[in-house]
Amino acid sequence: MYRILRKQALSENIKLMEIEAPLVARNAKAGQFIILRVDEKGERIPLTIADFNKEKGTITIIFAEVGYTTQKLGCLNEGDAVLDFVGPLGHESEIDNFGHVVCIGGGVGIAPMFPITRELYKAGNRVTSIIGARCKDLLFWEEEMRAVSQTLHVTTDDGSYGRHGFVTQVLQEMIDQGEKIDLVYAIGPLPMMRAVAEVTRPYGIKTIVSLNSIMVDGTGMCGACRVTVGGETKFTCVDGPEFDGHLVDFAEQMRRAQIFKDEEARARAAGSCGGGCGCH
Amino acid sequence: MSLEKGKKELVLKKTPIPEQDPAVRARNFDEVALGYTEELAVQEANRCLSCKNEPCVKGCPVQVPIPQFIAKIKEKDFAGAIRTIKTKNLLPAVCGRVCPQENQCEKNCVMAKKGEPVGIGRLERFAADWEMAHGVEVPEVAPPTGKKVAIIGSGPAGLTAAADLAKLGHKVTIFEALHVPGGVLMYGIPEFRLPKRIVQQEIDNLRKMGVEIIVNAVVGKSITVDELMEQEGFDAVFIGTGAGLPYFLGIPGENLNGVYSANEFLTRTNLMKGYLFPEYATPIKVGKRAAILGAGNVAMDAARTAKRLGAEEVYIVYRRSREEMPARLEEIHHAEEEGIKFQLLTNPIRLLGNEQGWVTAMECLRYELGEPDASGRRSPVPIEGSNFIMEVDTVVVAIGQGPNPLVPRTTKGLETNRKGNIMASEETGATSKPGVYAGGDVVTGAATVIKAMGAGRVAATAIHEYLMNK
Ligand SMILES: Cc1cc2nc3c(=O)[nH]c(=O)nc-3n(C[C@H](O)[C@H](O)[C@H](O)COP(=O)(O)OP(=O)(O)OC[C@H]3O[C@@H](n4cnc5c(N)ncnc54)[C@H](O)[C@@H]3O)c2cc1C
Ligand SMILES: Cc1cc2nc3c(=O)[nH]c(=O)nc-3n(C[C@H](O)[C@H](O)[C@H](O)COP(=O)(O)OP(=O)(O)OC[C@H]3O[C@@H](n4cnc5c(N)ncnc54)[C@H](O)[C@@H]3O)c2cc1C
Ligand code: SF4
Ligand code: SF4
Ligand code: FES
Repeated sequence: MYRILRKQALSENIKLMEIEAPLVARNAKAGQFIILRVDEKGERIPLTIADFNKEKGTITIIFAEVGYTTQKLGCLNEGDAVLDFVGPLGHESEIDNFGHVVCIGGGVGIAPMFPITRELYKAGNRVTSIIGARCKDLLFWEEEMRAVSQTLHVTTDDGSYGRHGFVTQVLQEMIDQGEKIDLVYAIGPLPMMRAVAEVTRPYGIKTIVSLNSIMVDGTGMCGACRVTVGGETKFTCVDGPEFDGHLVDFAEQMRRAQIFKDEEARARAAGSCGGGCGCH
Repeated sequence: MSLEKGKKELVLKKTPIPEQDPAVRARNFDEVALGYTEELAVQEANRCLSCKNEPCVKGCPVQVPIPQFIAKIKEKDFAGAIRTIKTKNLLPAVCGRVCPQENQCEKNCVMAKKGEPVGIGRLERFAADWEMAHGVEVPEVAPPTGKKVAIIGSGPAGLTAAADLAKLGHKVTIFEALHVPGGVLMYGIPEFRLPKRIVQQEIDNLRKMGVEIIVNAVVGKSITVDELMEQEGFDAVFIGTGAGLPYFLGIPGENLNGVYSANEFLTRTNLMKGYLFPEYATPIKVGKRAAILGAGNVAMDAARTAKRLGAEEVYIVYRRSREEMPARLEEIHHAEEEGIKFQLLTNPIRLLGNEQGWVTAMECLRYELGEPDASGRRSPVPIEGSNFIMEVDTVVVAIGQGPNPLVPRTTKGLETNRKGNIMASEETGATSKPGVYAGGDVVTGAATVIKAMGAGRVAATAIHEYLMNK
């Protein structure tokens, strides 16, 4: 069992948990993920490692309560435990001094963006971060991101906080103003990552995205997580989760995300313990 | 049917094993074969001629003392029977159910020359089930040697190596990537062929022998082999990580929705209990017409699973003919009884989908058999212009698996061959790295439960020797 040492609500349906998992923490790196199972009848779901503490042997996860499993997880409290917690899975991010890096986090994607941003900052890059959410209530870790960026922009879709609009608009403006950008990192919903890749494509700015394919084992055993990258089939769990955004077949990924849509709705109807903030 | 021979009457047919009716079982996940009763077991045992030269034993990869254990069943000494089997085979309840007996022990049985061979597998299963019902003896464990061995992977190879080494007094720790130990026995082979409680019982026994099992430990990610040896104080390592990497055909449309690897299809169903969705949270989806590509045990399991999940029509699509199908005879027979259709000498060249990205059909080619290839099987040759369309809404790719590269890639000095299999000595399981041994599917490529078990046993013997001379 893996004990929940700390639980914090970042917004109404985005939760943070720090979980005791020494075997995962021991080799954890930015960009990797874990798979957990809440209980005996539970599904295995992947979540990014948002932070880790090797001394304490803990992993921090941040998740949006979007369906059955994440809602169930959100119902657990400090002192409770999850049954299974495995990782670190996937490749770590490639951290180097690239020059000027733009780190873009959308929605719950701000969580996985944070440790990567921190590492890029530590590696001596000039970091511009753009974080966005649908509304103010869904935004979190603004101060954490600011602390590891030279410049931070905030956007909301509905204009309830920061710039009214999408993260891509800020990126487009930076490019239009002739800012030299060496690398763009984008993590968030698939449509957002695709939009970012489309903005940077004409300028040939290298863009890395982190995919959230449907997974089962996370070790390369099932192929549920397959994705076409540059015309080749890759497994997100072992070949990724980060890929060159200009090579990813986003249309296919968006289709594949729908495979169990009907079943997810059925499961969601079965159990939940909280509400939402009403803006989504 | 019977035939006079001296005083003894030869019974040419195997005693049938009670089974669930095909129409009923094709809709449930309960075990198909119900097993012999004591009376039926004795009846079948009496067919055995106790041959002095033991041809059957030569066909068994681990040399189970077949005539001897059958003799005990004849005498109704069932405890003696299982004890005899267990001198060689650690997992008889499993092997009795899943060994391809027709290519191994039963192939050589003298009774097969006149009629049907003795039901060795069924008798082995009977003895093992009898023991489980009457309380399993936990083997004695030697006094601690103070040596620590890490076993990576908990399939039949790893479980056997662990048991043998624990018996010898070594401190054994198994590291398993999934949340449940058992390997393919748990995630691959379905409940209706191998009930999970049987595997569970074997694992409980290992724990009673003092073996520690750490699940959710992906070696190569959570911890590496080098870390186990250099930082965690393990004196030797056995790698039994299996052949878990699914192959795809590499044809257009393979990433369409509704196309699964057999591993995903079976893992969702068996390991995650998707057939009990939504009580269990992991979904699995099948449509009305399912095509399973391949004709091995994995394909038969996927086909019969698809039927049980509600598919109306299920096809085995295979590019060779019936003769070459690698599955166990019994499974092919069971599949046919359950209404699985065989579309032989056929192979898809492309999968077609609708606008939402779901598979709707396969474009296939028909094949004919040509000259024998390297494997000795007649190779399939496509017939030009024979293209036709087969409408399907679910496709399961079951054309084989390779070794997962996670461990070899992260272990210094561990050599693999061209296919990525770990190179290990057949006699000892020793790899190119001192103190590191390997066996089972990760060495041989996808094979059988009993071969993996045998490899685990061979390696355990060698590891013991290595540890005691260290
Ligand atoms: C590598 C990786 C890292 C991720 N990191 C995070 C993270 O840090 N925080 C976070 O909130 N979410 C993250 N996700 C997504 C998260 O796994 C899903 O939100 C979660 O599985 C949804 O489960 P559910 O039962 O609550 O919802 P469901 O009702 O099952 O699904 C809701 C939505 O999640 C998608 N989804 C369903 N099952 C999976 C699955 N097994 N894998 C991926 N997506 C799925 C569905 O397509 C749907 O859009 C990550 C996914 C991957 C692959
Ligand atoms: C669907 C199916 C049906 C089959 N039917 C039959 C049959 O009827 N008869 C028969 O004889 N054979 C059958 N086989 C083949 C047989 O199951 C295998 O040959 C046998 O299980 C191989 O044993 P193994 O111990 O080498 O590996 P596996 O059983 O594959 O076990 C390997 C274990 O290692 C774990 N692992 C992998 N990588 C890591 C890692 N990095 N760290 C930690 N753990 C790891 C895996 O999760 C797994 O639990 C079938 C196989 C399948 C898939
Ligand atoms: S282990 Fe398999 S091959 Fe050997 S006797 Fe038993 S069923 Fe036959
Ligand atoms: S070959 Fe057949 S009949 Fe002879 S001992 Fe073996 S099982 Fe019995
Ligand atoms: S999740 Fe199974 S192969 Fe990636």
